[in-house]
Amino acid sequence: MKGFNYLSNVATLKISASQCTGCGKCVEVCPHQVFALEDKKAKLINFDACMECGACAKNCPAAALYVDAGVGCAAGLLVEWLRDRRLVGINEKCC
Amino acid sequence: MNYMVPPGLYAIGNPGAESPVLVTANYKMSYDIVRGVLGGRNCWLLVLETYGINVWCAAGKGTFGTAELIGRINASGLAEIVSHRRLNLPILGAPGVAAHEVKRHTGFNVQYAAIRAGDIPGYLDNGMSTTSAMREITFTTRERLVLIPAEIVNALKPTILITIVLYVLLAAFQGYAAGFKAVYSYLGAMLMGTAAAPLLLPWLPGRSFAFKGVLTGLIWCLILYALAGGDNWSLLTTIAVFLTLPVVSSFYALNFTGCTPFTSRSGVKKEMRIALPAMGCALALGFIAAALEKIL
Repeated sequence: MKGFNYLSNVATLKISASQCTGCGKCVEVCPHQVFALEDKKAKLINFDACMECGACAKNCPAAALYVDAGVGCAAGLLVEWLRDRRLVGINEKCC
Repeated sequence: MNYMVPPGLYAIGNPGAESPVLVTANYKMSYDIVRGVLGGRNCWLLVLETYGINVWCAAGKGTFGTAELIGRINASGLAEIVSHRRLNLPILGAPGVAAHEVKRHTGFNVQYAAIRAGDIPGYLDNGMSTTSAMREITFTTRERLVLIPAEIVNALKPTILITIVLYVLLAAFQGYAAGFKAVYSYLGAMLMGTAAAPLLLPWLPGRSFAFKGVLTGLIWCLILYALAGGDNWSLLTTIAVFLTLPVVSSFYALNFTGCTPFTSRSGVKKEMRIALPAMGCALALGFIAAALEKIL
């Protein structure tokens, strides 16, 4: 994504080269061009652009991708944190 | 108001067995925009039940998802209506839909077409192939600007409460003029986080949203200092202003992470672990400075 960079070296995205069949679905679904096909295998060419949306792992027929998918939203994480500690009974309507 | 469209299969124009099938959410705005860009064409529009939520958020929640798509294909009898086996989905729907499972259960091939509805005509005219530009997400100044009103509205409730408390406290201890100053100082800091930081996002240095918010907050402090007689502030007042107001801007800038299409959950977690304790310390020190000012 041109002009925008978020924190580097944080994404939970992992690829298993041995399981990858090179179908290219991850290249098709990633909105941040994290993948490229090289020698019939998917390669991570832009790891730090990953926003952990989970589209690649969900659409990988070979289950070669792993990502702890979720939404990068501070408000959502705060609500989650408070709810886990039963500090509030918030029923936040958010995405 | 009702923002939902009944889910199901819709005909755009006069489609036949060969016409393309597009899939969208039942959020009225998504539906209207997709229908709008398809004007003058013949195609099928399969609308999924996402309870009035847009494609991306619904995909994240899983309602724009594999099970719903399979169920909707079967319920609409799509296999009898079209002769081909190809569905065109929005790319941002991919976090919820496993294409290979849809294929396995229904025989339909899921093709991810484009991110923006505006690219659908180009995609269809291009022999249903996606260009790299259609696959790349953007966050233009215009796209950020339209989000700002919602940011401000969401901030209103706490803002009203906090400004009332600030006004009462300051007015009681230092007079009405001080109370009034505290209110507009706070409002400015809030707007620097909800409006200025999102707008200036790509040009503010640093990667952390909280840090970007500190910068816009400091700019506001400097403006206040220059225009609201900073020369006459005591050292403690100056410290209190420069410590507390940037925290407000920083908090709201951090909050904007949820509105962007590029922040990761792990990244936000990491910056919150550092930013929230730092904000707490700055606020505490600022309040101490303000209290000392009153005592000394």
